[in-house]
Amino acid sequence: MKTKFRLKPRAEQKVVRFFLYFLTSVAILVLVFILVVILKNGLPQLSLEFLTKNPAHMGKEGGIFSTIVATIYLTFIALLVATPLGVGTAIYLTEYTFEGKVTRIIRFGAECLAGIPSIIFGLFGFILFVTKLKFGWSILSGGLTLAFMVLPTIIRTSEEAIKSVPAAYRLVSYSLGSTRWQTVTRVVLPSAAPGIVTGVILSIGRSIGETAAVIFTAGSALRLPSSIFSSARTMSVHFYILAREGISMSKAYGTAAVLVIAILLINIVTYYLMSKYISRTSPE
Amino acid sequence: MTEENKEMSEIIAHQNIIEVRSLSVFYGQFQALKDVNIDIQARKITALIGPSGCGKSTFLRTLNRMNDLIEGVRTEGWVIFDGKNIFDEDTDLLELRRRIGMVFQRPNPFPLSIFDNVTYGLRVHGQTDRALMEERLVHSLQAVNLWDELKDRLEANALCLTGEQQQRLCIARVLALGPEVVLMDEPCSALDPTATARIEDLMYQLKQKYTIIIVTHNMQQAARVSDFTGYFLLGELVEFGQTGQIFTSPRDRRTEDYITGRFG
Repeated sequence: MKTKFRLKPRAEQKVVRFFLYFLTSVAILVLVFILVVILKNGLPQLSLEFLTKNPAHMGKEGGIFSTIVATIYLTFIALLVATPLGVGTAIYLTEYTFEGKVTRIIRFGAECLAGIPSIIFGLFGFILFVTKLKFGWSILSGGLTLAFMVLPTIIRTSEEAIKSVPAAYRLVSYSLGSTRWQTVTRVVLPSAAPGIVTGVILSIGRSIGETAAVIFTAGSALRLPSSIFSSARTMSVHFYILAREGISMSKAYGTAAVLVIAILLINIVTYYLMSKYISRTSPE
Repeated sequence: MTEENKEMSEIIAHQNIIEVRSLSVFYGQFQALKDVNIDIQARKITALIGPSGCGKSTFLRTLNRMNDLIEGVRTEGWVIFDGKNIFDEDTDLLELRRRIGMVFQRPNPFPLSIFDNVTYGLRVHGQTDRALMEERLVHSLQAVNLWDELKDRLEANALCLTGEQQQRLCIARVLALGPEVVLMDEPCSALDPTATARIEDLMYQLKQKYTIIIVTHNMQQAARVSDFTGYFLLGELVEFGQTGQIFTSPRDRRTEDYITGRFG
């Protein structure tokens, strides 16, 4: 009879370790590769002028100041709308109802929303905000569209964060005579804050990087936006147009580098703030 | 104290603070408590014993209506506290829970400072006067013998304390609200024997001022600390009486089987 081929445990350990190490390296390498390509081509473009001057000649010359402003503006509006909506929904689902048909339907709806391609959100935003509500191509239309796009992420991450708050905290709070709302605001939300903030950060990242949904709703005007009703071009839309229409590859890479660095910075800063917050609320 | 005053205080001391009549509790189809009648005397320790799932914790959580938080719970009967049925429509639930506090099985301080833990209840009841909060804090930490240990680190996170200190802190958190009754749901089951003994001493001190109802799995504990004992079995209050009587001459066969270890 043939004996089954089998490695010695120690050898098996080695092989598995090597294999997993290899897989991890591939994942990391992809990230490193992207960063290297973008930064290698983009960094030489960066200068104070590039960041502080408005684009000229369709973006062939000048900087990207107006697109940075538009991006910040749009993301800010998106989160201003999506955070209360999303966190509120999550609080309702976890604290104010019992599990049942209604919660399942709401959750299913949110999941579906998450699966819709962003260009569909763009079309929806165009029909509803741009034409129907007559906001035109504007920061407001774009911001609202992005808000709906990131809403499922915020709902889901907030819900997970709220669910992971120990049930004992709620029981104690109620047993001391707190109302539901007091329990939510004083015990549940502070404990869930790191998770909720993580969801918001993810959403910032998605909003900054989103192109399809924005180009339909915020337009692509290069001027510095003067109000939320101005049409504006975000960095990612700018990048897309520069590259797509072959206006200037070097300016496109410069824009991409700013985008990537901005997202990295946001992540690092939040990571730092969160670790500080967590160390303050848990034992040494 | 005059003779008359003494008599009065005797009478008050023996007043029933809670009277339970025909109490039944259902979780959906399952009946967790069956027609329970019990009188709880003020400033005494009443122990509730019985095997797991016999309804003693359900009974305890009915008294401050914490069972309301569970889906599909239904209650029948009366619990008279301070002359009023707590199931009445106009019961102020928040006030009820202030007057009938609860200590849980596991020490469960909030991940906040010691100060914030003890004053949490005061703040949710709308107290903003810092001086009063500090006064209550000192009193309740003294009452659980934690003041000397903790007075210099009131801003430290409560999760840094030992299990026993945490449980004492949880008791102080309840006492800060000035309750009349303290419900304890197996308060020592997560503590070691020495800590348990010290918490039992504490209960003895506390009964000067408070009525204590304790659920315990530990029959020696019931025998040691309580004045009255109730034995629950399958949702029924089999026997209730003076602790001495229950442990030396139980009237019901089932109680005898349980306390002698033949059952449970």
